[in-house]
Amino acid sequence: MTNFTLDRRSLLKGGALTLATAATMSAEELLGYAKAWAQTAPWKPEAGAKVNLLRWKRFVEAEDVAFMKIVDAFQKAFNVTVNVSNESYDDIQPKASVAANTGQGLDMVWGLYSLPFLFPNKCTDMTDVADYLGKKCGGWADSGKAYGMLGNKWIGIPVAATGGLVNYRMSAAEKAGHKEFPKDLAGFADLIKGMKKNNTPAGMALGHASGDANGWLHWALWAHGGNLIDKDNKVVINSPETAKALEYVKGLYDNFIPGTASWNDSSNNKAFLAGQLYLTVNGISIYVASKKDAPQMSADINHAHLPAGVDGKTRELHLGFPILVYNFTKFPQTCKAFTAFLLEPAQFNPWVEAAQGYLSPFLNDYQKNPIWTADPKNTPYRDVAKTANTPAGLGKMGENAAAAIADFVVVDMFANYCTGREDVKTAMASAERSAKRIFRG
Amino acid sequence: MSIVQASMPPQSATAELPSVWQRLRTNKNLVALWFMLPAAAFLILFLAYPLGLGIWMSFTDERIGRAGIFIGLENYEWLWSDTIFWLSVFNTLLYTLIASAIKFAIGLYLALLLNRHMPFKAMIRAIVLIPFIVPTVLSAIAFWWIYDAQFSIISWSLIKLGLIDHNINFLGDTNWARGSVIFANIWRGVPFVAITLLAGLQTVSPSLYEAATLDGATDWQRFRHITYPLLTPIIAVVMTFSVLFTFTDFQLVWALTRGGPVNATHLMATLSYQRGIISGRLGEGAAIATAMIPFLLAAIAISWFGMQRRKWQQGSDND
Repeated sequence: MTNFTLDRRSLLKGGALTLATAATMSAEELLGYAKAWAQTAPWKPEAGAKVNLLRWKRFVEAEDVAFMKIVDAFQKAFNVTVNVSNESYDDIQPKASVAANTGQGLDMVWGLYSLPFLFPNKCTDMTDVADYLGKKCGGWADSGKAYGMLGNKWIGIPVAATGGLVNYRMSAAEKAGHKEFPKDLAGFADLIKGMKKNNTPAGMALGHASGDANGWLHWALWAHGGNLIDKDNKVVINSPETAKALEYVKGLYDNFIPGTASWNDSSNNKAFLAGQLYLTVNGISIYVASKKDAPQMSADINHAHLPAGVDGKTRELHLGFPILVYNFTKFPQTCKAFTAFLLEPAQFNPWVEAAQGYLSPFLNDYQKNPIWTADPKNTPYRDVAKTANTPAGLGKMGENAAAAIADFVVVDMFANYCTGREDVKTAMASAERSAKRIFRG
Repeated sequence: MSIVQASMPPQSATAELPSVWQRLRTNKNLVALWFMLPAAAFLILFLAYPLGLGIWMSFTDERIGRAGIFIGLENYEWLWSDTIFWLSVFNTLLYTLIASAIKFAIGLYLALLLNRHMPFKAMIRAIVLIPFIVPTVLSAIAFWWIYDAQFSIISWSLIKLGLIDHNINFLGDTNWARGSVIFANIWRGVPFVAITLLAGLQTVSPSLYEAATLDGATDWQRFRHITYPLLTPIIAVVMTFSVLFTFTDFQLVWALTRGGPVNATHLMATLSYQRGIISGRLGEGAAIATAMIPFLLAAIAISWFGMQRRKWQQGSDND
């Protein structure tokens, strides 16, 4: 396949064709494509650049394989080195923070949530990359902009998000009287109650699980009209709406499988796959794992968005995956070129397919990828960008909101009330106090 | 004598010049100072400087990636009225007191047992060390599975035996969670206490026991009046270290519970990490870490002043 080296003209002519061939590109073809891309790319990597990239450790193996293929093609086409290291979800942030503080060790991080907002003045301005990709791929979803922009500047590129959606066993839901997945809060509470009665319990994390617990508890807060901060970033957590959310979550918690207060991000995956848990909020990784290891279970699994809030709108907090480039890197052009290359249709489409629904895009065109409709159980994860809110909710994303979510202010408030450690008023007052401290000045 | 000094001829001063150098060159104290310099530099660079920096940071509002400005005692004032901080102080003290006391009791018991003559003595002594050798994070992960809300081997066994009918909520219930992390810490810390006390026991001369036996002393009397007094200095050292290690424990709790459920197992060290590194507020995290220093100094002071006393050194009442 060495004769498959696209030159610039045939690449441009290819247009739509590249998208179709992308999914089946072999390593050599990918390299040929990468070489052609290198000629036209607006970023010229520094000669002999050595880039250290830190990313989160995969949950879906095929996704990682596809990612490394892209890295490989990029290295060969540009004659640069990209060292990829992996860390678990929980260890990404401390490492990235230390690098930001010391100004060395890493050039770019593909991290979680609002990582770039924890140290915005250490991030390279990525506006040119974002504009380039937006133009090419049908524009950014609003949530993508919220996740990437500080003011008018892009401080990170939101590569994708993994949706925090309901994973449930259809048979158990049906037995609890819900053939159709409930669309409102009351129906959802009824479903959870019914499942407990049938001894097919639901469960969502209330421990310090940065992905799972933050995700569904922010949904519960927002669904009842509660917010940590208003649009001017003023703390408004102590409100009747929050009190309603607390009561609602307590009602759910009382019907959960025991032990959710100690759960971390992997606990629900384990319990679900072991057949002890029948409903939870998670990425698509449970379904993906069950397809391989427990086909019978996978036939019974389905996904749904969390029910709409009291105002009829669905606001969810998904786990965003932003990529950031430090401003102290010696190779900003290489890092930018790599980020753009990663999100080009020729790379991104096969990668999204390999991730089997684990990576939901913020760039509009990628919602057309066949992976979202080939299996209808994947479809809810396509629309993650539409329901996604940043941890700031109504407010503006910034280092304070990033600090609040990292300090589990909202999670602790719910857990304090649900486990009976504090009453509604005290739980709200403690959260208000912590939040005011973070958002001071 | 003053006359001699006053009448010192001026030329003798100039004549002394080379001899000052000579004296400096041969001065043993100065040479010793030079020899100590690398060690001192090491201590200053890796101990004093980070400690000083941490204390300074606690008076600023520094965040990750952004230098802070001096804000005086604001971090401490905030912590003073922060219930989670006081909960972590309580947890840390509870954790340290209970774990250290039990570690001492079990460690001493094990040391006395291991000091006896028995078959495979060397092998058994080696086995006792295993919990201490296993990396903390590994043992924490093992305990995490043992305590899992759904897959706990303990719950499973008890259910199969028909003793309980549902899983024990080891890490989800506040009291169970505290007990569980303390147990894990004890499991890990006992070998250190046991082996060190065993080393102390070996230094007790057997002739003392022989003499006591001839005098008709009972087992308890021999322990109380020979073993215990002679062991006191080493007990003081071991327990100081044990308390310090336990007080500053981090890995075990972080891997097991991350301070949950509802902060019931947050130690000062884990809270400091969560606020300082995870949440990015270095100033506040540093303030929590600095707040640990008085407690640690108190622990050191107790054993330091204790060891100055002859009663502790020699185990007798003649102080």
